Amino acid sequence: MTAQRSRDGALEHLKREGRIVVVGASLAGLRAAETMREKGFAGSLTMIGDEPYEPYDRPPLSKQVLLGNAVAQHTALPRRRAIDADWRLGVPATGLDMAARRVRLGNGDEVEYDRLLIATGVRARPWPNEEEGALQGVFVLRTRDDGEGLQRALAAGPRRVLVIGAGFTGSEIASACRERGFDVTVAERGSAPLVGALGGVIGEVAAEMHRENGVDLRTGVMVTRLEGDPAGRVRAAHLSDGSTIEADVVVVSLGAQRNTEWLTGSGLGAGPRGIACDAGCRAFDIRGIVTDDIYVAGDVARSPHALFGYQFLSLEHWGNAVAQADTAAHNMLSESADRRPHLWVPAFWSSQFGVNIKSVGVPPMGTELLVMQGSLTERRFVAVYGYQGRVIAAVTFDNCRWLPFYEHQIETTAPFPPPFTTVDRRPEGNKPVPADFPDPSIPSHGPTITLSGYSPADRKMTFTPARH
Amino acid sequence: MTQAILREIVDYANRADPYPLYEELRKTPVSHDGDGPYVVSTYYEIQSLLHDPRISSDAKNLKATGDDPLGQGEEEGSTLPPSFLKLDPPDHDRLRRMTNRPFGPPHTPRRVHDMREELGGLVSGLIDGIATTGNLDRVDLVDQFAYPFPVSVICRLLGVPHEDEPRFHVWAETLAASLDPDPDADPTQHGKGAMDARMELGMYLAGLIEERRKNPGDDMLSQLATADGPDGSMTTMEVLSTSALLLIAGHETTVNLITNGMLTLLRHPDVLQRLREDPALSVPIVEELLRYEPPVQLLPQRSTLTEIEVAGVTIPKGASLWLILASGNRDPKRFENPDRFDPDRKDIQHLGLGSGIHSCFGAPLARQEAQLALSELARRLENPQLLEDPPPYRQNAVLRGPRHLPVSCDGIRP
Repeated sequence: MTAQRSRDGALEHLKREGRIVVVGASLAGLRAAETMREKGFAGSLTMIGDEPYEPYDRPPLSKQVLLGNAVAQHTALPRRRAIDADWRLGVPATGLDMAARRVRLGNGDEVEYDRLLIATGVRARPWPNEEEGALQGVFVLRTRDDGEGLQRALAAGPRRVLVIGAGFTGSEIASACRERGFDVTVAERGSAPLVGALGGVIGEVAAEMHRENGVDLRTGVMVTRLEGDPAGRVRAAHLSDGSTIEADVVVVSLGAQRNTEWLTGSGLGAGPRGIACDAGCRAFDIRGIVTDDIYVAGDVARSPHALFGYQFLSLEHWGNAVAQADTAAHNMLSESADRRPHLWVPAFWSSQFGVNIKSVGVPPMGTELLVMQGSLTERRFVAVYGYQGRVIAAVTFDNCRWLPFYEHQIETTAPFPPPFTTVDRRPEGNKPVPADFPDPSIPSHGPTITLSGYSPADRKMTFTPARH
Repeated sequence: MTQAILREIVDYANRADPYPLYEELRKTPVSHDGDGPYVVSTYYEIQSLLHDPRISSDAKNLKATGDDPLGQGEEEGSTLPPSFLKLDPPDHDRLRRMTNRPFGPPHTPRRVHDMREELGGLVSGLIDGIATTGNLDRVDLVDQFAYPFPVSVICRLLGVPHEDEPRFHVWAETLAASLDPDPDADPTQHGKGAMDARMELGMYLAGLIEERRKNPGDDMLSQLATADGPDGSMTTMEVLSTSALLLIAGHETTVNLITNGMLTLLRHPDVLQRLREDPALSVPIVEELLRYEPPVQLLPQRSTLTEIEVAGVTIPKGASLWLILASGNRDPKRFENPDRFDPDRKDIQHLGLGSGIHSCFGAPLARQEAQLALSELARRLENPQLLEDPPPYRQNAVLRGPRHLPVSCDGIRP
């Protein structure tokens, strides 16, 4: 496609000598910056990050790093190209003046922009009791520093590790600790691990994986209190069923919070669920009007997706961060007619207890489940999720090579249950069963996909049309 | 009755340059006439069929049309069960997984890597051999290099005595030839020869395996015969069919990759010169070769478990599919200037090693062998010249490559 010539030359001017500011110096921010330079952006580029490190990769932190196979300091993201940026690392953005086009920094500096990309991502949800959370031996796992601290604590050879929350990160941590031979207890508020992301049927398979690998798995319980010794080291956790677990390392793995507080009062449509944006990554202001100069990408963005009922999806997925950053960067430097929608099919992977887990689509939207190939008991299978007579998602355990086929089924809104047979179809794949997701309004460790367009929580909203 | 398309694909006249035929084929992504196979020739269609769980690799699922020129009788009645190449999950997955334990990650991550030095020694030895024969006016790169190299490698890997090579070479050749769809051959005769060869090869391997069970070494044959992992152990018959598969596949494919590679480099002296100066270029070169001149040109043994639609064509249940990988690799909808050999090409996801669950098992080894072979030939042969272009090809349309590759050179660098 030939690029259209801007009538007033504004776009050429932006590309030549504009100022672009990226808040968030991680995967999405870096990839967006690379794309911008790739597309010929020659102006000034400022990268703002609250951590003092150059962009690094997070998936290894809960896998190779915990296993001791990699060092947290050595997970820097490979660069696709030089981006020639002004790096402002170790200083958070603290405010945004949309009218003056200015980002305020924690050190008092202000940075002006012509285009702003927000990629501030999420942070680990901390332990709700601050005092208990500050006990030595209590960790969350999101950042490089978190990974380094936890790695050190594990290197010291703990007697027991307690993981609170059995989502993907919690399960990966439990898996790594078992592989290293530590005693591990996992406490999960839901009925099974991964239940928020994959539902109760698959959750049961995950529960068996935990137990067979020697994890002391407690489900349907909450940790009510963490107890420290006089030296301020964690020594035990008290559970809602009255039991106590003695542990010298506790990993709080209760999902993530979106980094949007710094935008409070800015007038941007940002809140606990992220920053609402259109399919082209342009942020909404609080009036629901799309901005022209502020873009969003990565975990902090939530955008409507045509394939999933135009629900606003926010995705904590590595691949989404890369794809959305690319789209945002492209659109920031394009005339409106050349902009592209970000219509990525959600996909993620995990590795735990020696099993490779992959998923495409939006499992939590599914109401029914059908095992298309393999078998749940063998833990090698492809299961598809059905929603109102169509295929909405698929998950594989040690069977990912078939996934592209199922992704295509989702993209083409293929019927559910699928009317055809496949290789490796077993008797359990003859009839769909309820996918068994917990009520989304009940808090749990939370899925990695948040559906917020039609969530029951929104019902309290009342619409009052303006009177003229 | 034979389809015109199939006849053309197997026609030896198209062997040296089948690509104009493929270009013609791609005009109809799914071709079919008469009762024979559905021939799929475009990249995206092939790629998606390789990941389509409605497609089977198990010959039992083919509707018995009697018109299938492949001679499906090959497996039936044979004393060996089909190898995992011709099985569907879960049997395929179990056997492939067990075979992979002594070969690659996660259990044996360094096996292929650790062979590098040994491979280097074999390559040097063979090139030294060319030097000592003295006749550099006419060197046959197939007989003197591209064939003996992978054979030695697979023998070492499996633990098959190299001196038995003349014996199993005959069986391997017969079996490889049986993969070549011959629409005019008498299917019973065609199948019979392969069956006999398979049986003899099986009996030969059975003797070796028995020996390895008593005296296990660190070769793959010993490990397959004695392994006991989470999947249990292989039956003797499974060890036999698996090792037969590895022996033949390790034999009859890499030779073509190396030969096709040298031929292509000799036709592109600028690239050959770059490789001579920078052996690391062999990595992208081999990748591009797998796209441009793949040693396995087509997969002729898939079938449909159910009625499916491909590119607007409804293929009935039980139909046979031919997936023309080499044609997909030259599909202009996927690759810019597909007929250009360009090792600097970005984003190269070719079909040269297949895709999906049956993607080439030996890929890491084949890549390493080819990279080493081509970079060393480039470095050591002084001013190599192609003596015949095109060179004489093997009959086989599936495993396509030159039978001989006569070159001359001015000398051999140390």
